Amino acid sequence: MSSAARKRLVTALLLAPAAVWLFLFLVLPFIAIVVFSLGERAPAGGYQPALTLAQYANLPARAAAFWNTLVLAPAGALACLLIAYPVAYYLALKVLPQRRLLLVALIIIPFWTSLLIRTYAWMYILGGRGIPAFLELVGLPDLRLINTPGAVLLGIVYGYLPLMILPIYISLERLDRRLLEASADLGATPFSTFFSVTLRLSLPGMMTGFSLVLILLLGEYLIPTLLGGGKVFFIGNALVDLFLQSRNWPFGSAIAVALVGIAVVLLLAANRITARLSGARQVDLL
Amino acid sequence: MSKSYRDGLPLSAREFIDQLLRFRRGSISRRHFLGVTGLGVATAVLASELGLRPTPAYAAGELGDRLSIATWPNYHDPQTFVDFTTNTGVAVEVNVFGSNEEMLAKLQAGASGWSLFVPTNYTISTYRQLDLIDALDVSKLPNYDAAAQNKRFTAEGEVNGVLCAVPKNWGTTGFAVNTAKLTKPMTSWKDFFDTSMTTGSGRSMVHDYQLTTIGNALKYYGYSFNSLKPDELAKAEELLLKVKPHLFAISSDYQPAMRSGDAWLTMCWTNDGAQLHRDIPAIDYVLGKEGGEIWTDFYAIPKDAPNKAAAYALLNYLMDPKVAVKEHIANGAPSTDARVNALLPKDLLDNPILYPAADLLAPLEFGAAATLTDPARAELMARFKSA
Repeated sequence: MSSAARKRLVTALLLAPAAVWLFLFLVLPFIAIVVFSLGERAPAGGYQPALTLAQYANLPARAAAFWNTLVLAPAGALACLLIAYPVAYYLALKVLPQRRLLLVALIIIPFWTSLLIRTYAWMYILGGRGIPAFLELVGLPDLRLINTPGAVLLGIVYGYLPLMILPIYISLERLDRRLLEASADLGATPFSTFFSVTLRLSLPGMMTGFSLVLILLLGEYLIPTLLGGGKVFFIGNALVDLFLQSRNWPFGSAIAVALVGIAVVLLLAANRITARLSGARQVDLL
Repeated sequence: MSKSYRDGLPLSAREFIDQLLRFRRGSISRRHFLGVTGLGVATAVLASELGLRPTPAYAAGELGDRLSIATWPNYHDPQTFVDFTTNTGVAVEVNVFGSNEEMLAKLQAGASGWSLFVPTNYTISTYRQLDLIDALDVSKLPNYDAAAQNKRFTAEGEVNGVLCAVPKNWGTTGFAVNTAKLTKPMTSWKDFFDTSMTTGSGRSMVHDYQLTTIGNALKYYGYSFNSLKPDELAKAEELLLKVKPHLFAISSDYQPAMRSGDAWLTMCWTNDGAQLHRDIPAIDYVLGKEGGEIWTDFYAIPKDAPNKAAAYALLNYLMDPKVAVKEHIANGAPSTDARVNALLPKDLLDNPILYPAADLLAPLEFGAAATLTDPARAELMARFKSA
């Protein structure tokens, strides 16, 4: 066996487990979803075979849920980004090295508890006996926090912030400090050094964090249910209802396919934007 | 033999993690989670410390070691299942649901894993038609006495003369109102929806359940609770969309919000009404004078039940009047079984929440089978929720 052929064989063997896994649990189910989306709802619910685009034509019936998701998911990801960047910057460039490990650990520790439990905690903090009761105690007017879009946004930022901090932290940590010194030597103010050097070089990390959070948020279902009281409706909630309440599998499948389409378009756009902003550098987000 | 501190606990660390994971997936509600992990532990430890554990009546392994049941929130005395487990060695895993549609969806998708579940009267014929439930073998249920049942409530357990389900209890669907916050007396569904949009704005809840939420909106206009007529459903949708911005939440798990004072008004089932009123007397339970729903919940065994032997054993245990009476005292829903009624304390039988006056009962309707599968009602509910 030539060495090139052996190399190919080794590569194929190394890739095989992942490829088989993805084929069985991603490609095959997706094909099933596409087939379902072309069918019809059976009289008692479920799926019956057909070949129709009626489910796709019906997508506007969930326009409000799509709209909610497409507003609140990017807004949540953006809010995460704005809050995460200074934290990551501090961790990567400002903090004493001997404290860094401790602080990074503090960011990761919440992941040891289920997001569900932490979101339930927010239900009580925002509920009538939580912050509103405290505000009333100090004489401020009765305020409704729970079951509002604001509560959902808060839950999103809280839940996904660590996922945003870590990629940005990593890209800032790898930053070559000599570039900052060079920028200063050439007469740039700290302000313009930050915008033309630091920010630019951390762009891939920002976009990785943004894409990661955005994709997870597009399918988010738990936080709107618990902190939105079933009134702030994401497309994920519409999907759960279609499969578990109205049992309209074909329509649910069509929405799932549309959601995958939206996620792919958003990711390609994010990739393109990052590539343009960071110059000719190769950027891989997917 | 060494004795570990774990011996008396109904949950091992691994089981706790199992429960936690199921909880994360949404298979069980928070209440159930706290019940099995907290309350259940406390009661079982107490029982074993006091030496209350009876000797198992079944040979080890005869019934397997676990069984899964699908039921409703706040619906059982947790001690019932703990006792069954100590009697038989079969651990009972409880899944809690918010609507019959959701139960049907899980069974239609297959491999629900339940050996026993609690469907409502109007769904049983559909389950039978879809061949999702077994005909019951009465010889395995010696504690069930058909003659003791009130036929008004139990007829739908039989489909074409075949017994497919035996009754758990009956009840009504009205609304609960915190009279400390909403002082104006309320007597009708008109009051419910009008108050939701005025003095109760931001404090009112409707079920996450098409049958009752749409049905009670239909009653606002005096239509049938079960209507499938397009023009009547359109009026109900209009009302629901108008009330939606004023709602506190759309959820069938309304007890926490009513107890914390976040919500003042909610659509409510008998048993929740009785529990809320028992703990917070200012919360009243009201039946709409226009009518609404009367229901019976049943026990049935899915065709693909993984542990039918244990399902029959648990069902037979639950049909024992001495066990059932504790269930009724805990959940506060009235019984269909004369033997149970004979054992219930008098103050429970006189409770107007459980046993409403005849003139309030008369206009109530049992849910109709067609509402379960009707696509128009399902889509109406989905539009209301996603609006």
